[in-house]
Amino acid sequence: MWLFIVSDAITFSAVIFAYGYLRLASAAWPRPFETPSIANATVMTFVLLSSSVAMVLAVRASSLGKVSGAVGWLVATALGGVVFDVLHIREWLGLIAEGVRPFHNPWGTPMFGAAFFTMTGLHMLHVTIGVIYLLIIAVGFQRRKFSAVDVEVSGLYWHFVDLVWMFIFPLVYLLSAKTA
Amino acid sequence: MEHAETAGNKIIFSVWFGLLGLTVLELILAYQELPLETMLTVLMVLSVVKAALIIAYFMHLRYELPSLFVTLIPALVFVLIMMTAIFADSSRLAHMRSLLE
Repeated sequence: MWLFIVSDAITFSAVIFAYGYLRLASAAWPRPFETPSIANATVMTFVLLSSSVAMVLAVRASSLGKVSGAVGWLVATALGGVVFDVLHIREWLGLIAEGVRPFHNPWGTPMFGAAFFTMTGLHMLHVTIGVIYLLIIAVGFQRRKFSAVDVEVSGLYWHFVDLVWMFIFPLVYLLSAKTA
Repeated sequence: MEHAETAGNKIIFSVWFGLLGLTVLELILAYQELPLETMLTVLMVLSVVKAALIIAYFMHLRYELPSLFVTLIPALVFVLIMMTAIFADSSRLAHMRSLLE
Protein backbone atom coordinates (compact mmCIF):
# COMPACT_ATOMS: atom_id res chain seq x y z
CA MET A 1 0.00 0.00 0.00
CA TRP A 2 2.83 2.43 0.76
CA LEU A 3 4.25 1.90 -2.74
CA PHE A 4 0.83 2.49 -4.28
CA ILE A 5 0.45 5.65 -2.19
CA VAL A 6 3.78 7.05 -3.35
CA SER A 7 2.95 6.37 -7.00
CA ASP A 8 -0.54 7.83 -6.55
CA ALA A 9 1.03 10.86 -4.86
CA ILE A 10 3.10 11.39 -8.00
CA THR A 11 -0.03 11.10 -10.18
CA PHE A 12 -1.80 13.74 -8.10
CA SER A 13 1.32 15.91 -8.10
CA ALA A 14 1.40 15.78 -11.91
CA VAL A 15 -2.21 16.96 -12.07
CA ILE A 16 -1.62 19.67 -9.47
CA PHE A 17 1.54 20.85 -11.27
CA ALA A 18 -0.36 20.93 -14.57
CA TYR A 19 -2.96 23.13 -12.87
CA GLY A 20 -0.20 25.42 -11.57
CA TYR A 21 1.40 25.57 -15.02
CA LEU A 22 -1.86 26.51 -16.72
CA ARG A 23 -2.72 29.06 -14.10
CA LEU A 24 0.68 30.76 -14.22
CA ALA A 25 0.71 30.81 -18.04
CA SER A 26 -2.85 32.12 -18.40
CA ALA A 27 -3.72 35.77 -18.56
CA ALA A 28 -7.17 35.79 -16.97
CA TRP A 29 -7.55 32.90 -14.55
CA PRO A 30 -11.06 32.97 -13.08
CA ARG A 31 -11.50 33.40 -9.33
CA PRO A 32 -15.12 32.31 -9.13
CA PHE A 33 -15.32 31.07 -5.54
CA GLU A 34 -17.40 33.37 -3.42
CA THR A 35 -17.79 33.01 0.33
CA PRO A 36 -20.52 30.28 0.22
CA SER A 37 -18.23 28.10 -1.97
CA ILE A 38 -15.30 28.67 0.35
CA ALA A 39 -17.49 27.83 3.35
CA ASN A 40 -18.66 24.66 1.59
CA ALA A 41 -15.08 23.61 0.82
CA THR A 42 -14.03 24.35 4.42
CA VAL A 43 -16.83 22.14 5.75
CA MET A 44 -15.70 19.43 3.29
CA THR A 45 -12.15 19.74 4.69
CA PHE A 46 -13.41 19.40 8.27
CA VAL A 47 -15.53 16.36 7.34
CA LEU A 48 -12.57 14.65 5.68
CA LEU A 49 -10.20 15.39 8.60
CA SER A 50 -12.77 14.11 11.09
CA SER A 51 -13.34 10.94 9.05
CA SER A 52 -9.58 10.36 9.25
CA VAL A 53 -9.82 10.44 13.05
CA ALA A 54 -12.67 7.91 12.86
CA MET A 55 -10.37 5.77 10.70
CA VAL A 56 -7.60 5.95 13.32
CA LEU A 57 -10.11 4.76 15.93
CA ALA A 58 -11.24 1.94 13.60
CA VAL A 59 -7.63 0.77 13.17
CA ARG A 60 -7.10 0.86 16.93
CA ALA A 61 -10.33 -1.04 17.69
CA SER A 62 -9.44 -3.68 15.09
CA SER A 63 -5.94 -4.19 16.49
CA LEU A 64 -7.47 -4.66 19.97
CA GLY A 65 -9.86 -7.26 18.48
CA LYS A 66 -13.00 -5.17 19.09
CA VAL A 67 -14.98 -6.22 16.04
CA SER A 68 -18.15 -4.16 16.50
CA GLY A 69 -16.16 -1.05 17.43
CA ALA A 70 -13.94 -1.39 14.38
CA VAL A 71 -16.92 -1.95 12.06
CA GLY A 72 -18.75 1.03 13.59
CA TRP A 73 -15.80 3.38 13.11
CA LEU A 74 -15.22 2.08 9.56
CA VAL A 75 -18.85 2.82 8.69
CA ALA A 76 -18.50 6.28 10.32
CA THR A 77 -15.42 6.93 8.18
CA ALA A 78 -17.24 5.85 5.03
CA LEU A 79 -20.16 8.08 6.01
CA GLY A 80 -17.75 11.03 6.20
CA GLY A 81 -16.66 10.16 2.66
CA VAL A 82 -20.28 10.10 1.49
CA VAL A 83 -20.98 13.52 3.05
CA PHE A 84 -17.84 14.87 1.37
CA ASP A 85 -18.95 13.51 -2.00
CA VAL A 86 -22.48 14.88 -1.67
CA LEU A 87 -21.21 18.38 -0.80
CA HIS A 88 -18.70 18.22 -3.64
CA ILE A 89 -21.20 17.04 -6.28
CA ARG A 90 -23.61 19.76 -5.18
CA GLU A 91 -20.85 22.30 -5.79
CA TRP A 92 -20.01 20.80 -9.21
CA LEU A 93 -23.65 21.01 -10.24
CA GLY A 94 -23.73 24.65 -9.11
CA LEU A 95 -20.69 25.48 -11.27
CA ILE A 96 -22.12 23.57 -14.24
CA ALA A 97 -25.37 25.51 -13.84
CA GLU A 98 -23.35 28.74 -13.97
CA GLY A 99 -22.01 27.63 -17.36
CA VAL A 100 -18.62 26.11 -16.48
CA ARG A 101 -17.61 23.45 -19.03
CA PRO A 102 -14.22 21.73 -19.50
CA PHE A 103 -13.27 24.11 -22.31
CA HIS A 104 -15.52 27.04 -21.68
CA ASN A 105 -16.60 29.24 -18.78
CA PRO A 106 -18.21 32.66 -18.43
CA TRP A 107 -15.25 34.36 -16.72
CA GLY A 108 -11.86 33.89 -18.36
CA THR A 109 -9.31 31.30 -19.41
CA PRO A 110 -11.27 28.42 -21.03
CA MET A 111 -8.94 25.80 -19.51
CA PHE A 112 -10.17 26.60 -15.99
CA GLY A 113 -12.96 24.01 -16.28
CA ALA A 114 -10.69 21.26 -17.56
CA ALA A 115 -8.12 21.87 -14.81
CA PHE A 116 -10.74 22.14 -12.07
CA PHE A 117 -12.84 19.14 -13.08
CA THR A 118 -9.80 16.90 -13.70
CA MET A 119 -8.18 17.65 -10.38
CA THR A 120 -11.24 17.61 -8.14
CA GLY A 121 -12.79 14.77 -10.19
CA LEU A 122 -9.73 12.55 -9.71
CA HIS A 123 -9.91 13.25 -5.99
CA MET A 124 -13.67 12.62 -5.84
CA LEU A 125 -13.09 9.29 -7.63
CA HIS A 126 -10.53 8.37 -4.94
CA VAL A 127 -13.00 9.25 -2.16
CA THR A 128 -15.76 7.20 -3.84
CA ILE A 129 -13.46 4.19 -4.29
CA GLY A 130 -12.36 4.69 -0.68
CA VAL A 131 -15.95 4.53 0.59
CA ILE A 132 -16.53 1.25 -1.30
CA TYR A 133 -13.17 -0.12 -0.10
CA LEU A 134 -13.91 0.74 3.55
CA LEU A 135 -17.37 -0.84 3.42
CA ILE A 136 -15.93 -4.04 1.89
CA ILE A 137 -13.30 -4.12 4.66
CA ALA A 138 -15.99 -3.49 7.30
CA VAL A 139 -18.13 -6.40 6.07
CA GLY A 140 -15.08 -8.65 5.68
CA PHE A 141 -13.74 -7.80 9.14
CA GLN A 142 -17.13 -8.53 10.69
CA ARG A 143 -17.15 -11.94 8.99
CA ARG A 144 -13.52 -12.58 10.09
CA LYS A 145 -12.43 -12.76 6.44
CA PHE A 146 -10.09 -9.77 6.84
CA SER A 147 -7.58 -9.23 9.63
CA ALA A 148 -6.65 -6.12 11.61
CA VAL A 149 -3.76 -5.60 9.20
CA ASP A 150 -6.24 -5.28 6.31
CA VAL A 151 -8.09 -2.59 8.25
CA GLU A 152 -4.80 -0.80 8.89
CA VAL A 153 -3.88 -0.89 5.19
CA SER A 154 -7.28 0.52 4.17
CA GLY A 155 -6.63 3.27 6.72
CA LEU A 156 -3.39 4.21 4.98
CA TYR A 157 -5.33 4.69 1.74
CA TRP A 158 -8.00 6.80 3.43
CA HIS A 159 -5.49 9.09 5.17
CA PHE A 160 -3.71 9.56 1.86
CA VAL A 161 -6.95 10.71 0.18
CA ASP A 162 -7.39 13.14 3.07
CA LEU A 163 -3.80 14.35 2.65
CA VAL A 164 -4.25 15.09 -1.06
CA TRP A 165 -7.25 17.29 -0.28
CA MET A 166 -4.98 19.33 2.06
CA PHE A 167 -3.23 20.52 -1.13
CA ILE A 168 -6.24 20.83 -3.44
CA PHE A 169 -8.23 22.90 -0.93
CA PRO A 170 -5.79 25.85 -0.67
CA LEU A 171 -4.64 25.70 -4.29
CA VAL A 172 -8.06 25.55 -5.92
CA TYR A 173 -10.36 27.25 -3.44
CA LEU A 174 -8.39 29.58 -1.19
CA LEU A 175 -6.19 30.93 -4.00
CA SER A 176 -9.29 31.50 -6.15
CA ALA A 177 -11.36 33.15 -3.44
CA LYS A 178 -13.22 36.15 -4.76
CA THR A 179 -11.85 38.81 -2.43
CA ALA A 180 -13.16 42.37 -2.22
CA MET B 1 3.03 -3.59 9.50
CA GLU B 2 3.13 -4.90 13.07
CA HIS B 3 4.37 -2.39 15.58
CA ALA B 4 4.43 -2.18 19.34
CA GLU B 5 3.91 1.54 19.73
CA THR B 6 1.24 3.84 18.31
CA ALA B 7 -0.02 7.28 19.12
CA GLY B 8 -2.44 7.48 22.07
CA ASN B 9 -5.79 9.25 22.13
CA LYS B 10 -4.27 12.45 23.48
CA ILE B 11 -1.85 12.72 20.56
CA ILE B 12 -4.46 11.79 17.93
CA PHE B 13 -6.97 14.38 19.14
CA SER B 14 -4.23 17.04 19.46
CA VAL B 15 -3.24 16.34 15.86
CA TRP B 16 -6.88 16.54 14.79
CA PHE B 17 -7.36 19.92 16.48
CA GLY B 18 -4.02 21.06 15.07
CA LEU B 19 -5.16 20.18 11.54
CA LEU B 20 -8.53 21.93 12.01
CA GLY B 21 -6.71 24.96 13.45
CA LEU B 22 -4.29 25.13 10.52
CA THR B 23 -7.26 24.95 8.12
CA VAL B 24 -8.90 27.92 9.87
CA LEU B 25 -5.58 29.80 9.69
CA GLU B 26 -5.41 29.13 5.95
CA LEU B 27 -8.99 30.31 5.58
CA ILE B 28 -8.22 33.60 7.36
CA LEU B 29 -5.11 34.07 5.21
CA ALA B 30 -7.14 33.59 2.02
CA TYR B 31 -9.03 36.81 2.76
CA GLN B 32 -5.91 38.91 3.39
CA GLU B 33 -4.68 41.19 0.64
CA LEU B 34 -1.31 39.51 0.17
CA PRO B 35 0.70 39.28 -3.06
CA LEU B 36 -0.12 36.00 -4.85
CA GLU B 37 3.45 34.65 -4.50
CA THR B 38 3.54 35.26 -0.73
CA MET B 39 0.08 33.72 -0.33
CA LEU B 40 1.05 30.66 -2.38
CA THR B 41 4.24 30.15 -0.37
CA VAL B 42 2.54 30.52 3.02
CA LEU B 43 -0.39 28.26 2.08
CA MET B 44 1.91 25.58 0.67
CA VAL B 45 4.13 25.61 3.77
CA LEU B 46 1.02 25.18 5.95
CA SER B 47 -0.22 22.36 3.67
CA VAL B 48 3.11 20.55 3.88
CA VAL B 49 2.91 20.81 7.69
CA LYS B 50 -0.62 19.34 7.59
CA ALA B 51 0.48 16.55 5.23
CA ALA B 52 3.44 15.77 7.50
CA LEU B 53 1.14 15.56 10.55
CA ILE B 54 -1.21 13.18 8.69
CA ILE B 55 1.67 10.98 7.49
CA ALA B 56 3.47 10.94 10.84
CA TYR B 57 0.52 10.33 13.18
CA PHE B 58 -2.57 9.12 11.25
CA MET B 59 -0.53 6.96 8.89
CA HIS B 60 1.83 6.32 11.86
CA LEU B 61 4.97 6.52 9.72
CA ARG B 62 6.64 7.97 12.82
CA TYR B 63 6.22 4.66 14.59
CA GLU B 64 7.43 2.49 11.70
CA LEU B 65 11.02 1.45 11.00
CA PRO B 66 13.18 4.38 9.81
CA SER B 67 14.03 2.38 6.68
CA LEU B 68 10.40 2.73 5.46
CA PHE B 69 10.68 6.51 5.69
CA VAL B 70 14.06 6.49 3.95
CA THR B 71 12.71 4.28 1.15
CA LEU B 72 9.63 6.37 0.41
CA ILE B 73 9.93 10.02 1.27
CA PRO B 74 13.28 11.24 -0.18
CA ALA B 75 12.43 9.70 -3.59
CA LEU B 76 9.02 11.39 -3.58
CA VAL B 77 10.51 14.76 -2.62
CA PHE B 78 13.15 14.38 -5.34
CA VAL B 79 10.50 13.68 -8.02
CA LEU B 80 8.45 16.68 -6.86
CA ILE B 81 11.49 18.96 -7.06
CA MET B 82 12.25 17.66 -10.59
CA MET B 83 8.67 18.41 -11.61
CA THR B 84 9.03 22.10 -10.70
CA ALA B 85 11.22 22.41 -13.82
CA ILE B 86 8.08 23.01 -15.92
CA PHE B 87 7.35 26.32 -14.19
CA ALA B 88 10.20 28.08 -16.00
CA ASP B 89 8.34 27.40 -19.25
CA SER B 90 5.04 28.47 -17.74
CA SER B 91 6.38 31.89 -16.70
CA ARG B 92 8.05 32.20 -20.13
CA LEU B 93 4.60 31.89 -21.72
CA ALA B 94 3.23 34.57 -19.41
CA HIS B 95 6.20 36.81 -20.28
CA MET B 96 5.77 36.27 -24.04
CA ARG B 97 2.09 37.12 -23.78
CA SER B 98 2.96 40.44 -22.15
CA LEU B 99 5.39 41.17 -25.01
CA LEU B 100 2.67 40.50 -27.57
CA GLU B 101 0.14 42.80 -25.97
